[in-house]
Amino acid sequence: MTLSVGEVLPEQVFRITRADLVRYAGASGDFNPIHWNERFALSVGLPGVIAHGMFTMALAGQAVAAWAGGGDKVLDFGVRFTRPVLVPDDDEGASLVFTGLVKSAEDGFATVDITATCNGEKILAQAKAKIKNI
Amino acid sequence: MPLDQSFRGRVYPPTAPYQVGREKVREFALAIGATDPVHFDLEAAKAAGYPDLVAPVTFPIAITLPALKPIVGDPELGIDYGRVVHGDQRFAYTRLVVAGDELVIIATIEEILSRGGHDFLTTRQEVQTSAGEPVVTVWHKTVVRGE
Repeated sequence: MTLSVGEVLPEQVFRITRADLVRYAGASGDFNPIHWNERFALSVGLPGVIAHGMFTMALAGQAVAAWAGGGDKVLDFGVRFTRPVLVPDDDEGASLVFTGLVKSAEDGFATVDITATCNGEKILAQAKAKIKNI
Repeated sequence: MPLDQSFRGRVYPPTAPYQVGREKVREFALAIGATDPVHFDLEAAKAAGYPDLVAPVTFPIAITLPALKPIVGDPELGIDYGRVVHGDQRFAYTRLVVAGDELVIIATIEEILSRGGHDFLTTRQEVQTSAGEPVVTVWHKTVVRGE
């Protein structure tokens, strides 16, 4: 299956809770307390505990791998973190939505623009992937 | 206080080798809610053409971010760690990381900028096997918010 220019890629939705942040902290080795300690997050001027930017990028990476037909098809992947993802202290957590648009598809490669939102607000900019499209 | 510009272009010696274990790959994949069996099941990974369990695309950060700490935290460079925000992140892959890899990182400070009262530090980390085979290049932009 190959991607075509202008193709809109199926929406991928991930829900993350405080427990997921703790698990990601352990798995990634990033124990910055702004990602698990409300008291600390508030003390540095944040509205509350926020997700690791790299957790958001990991979820975007799963969306891209799914669209590409496997992680090994992803050749280049970059994002800019523009808005923190606030993860409330409840069972619902935060819901992250990823959509993709194929910007180019030629010579066996495709480029995809990724849109990432939480509560309808964009959380990433310049989120792009280059994919092996064969 | 602006960052010390003389750090631009500085290349750091290779890090101590990092052994990528199967359980670490599984742990990371589980933590990001991945479901693709190539991250968990050896037979599925081999059937997909990988030599061992394959790590998710952003897995290299689990190795590269700890390796950045001593660079970003170097008092000579002048970064106030309490005001650091992750700006940009990019990976350019030669191949995905697989369990069994022994990886070393060679970091370079690619850019130091001051703009609008903020400082920006871009590092490039070449992740390669200890035998010198390139695996992935990782760019990390650190933003130091102005006071």
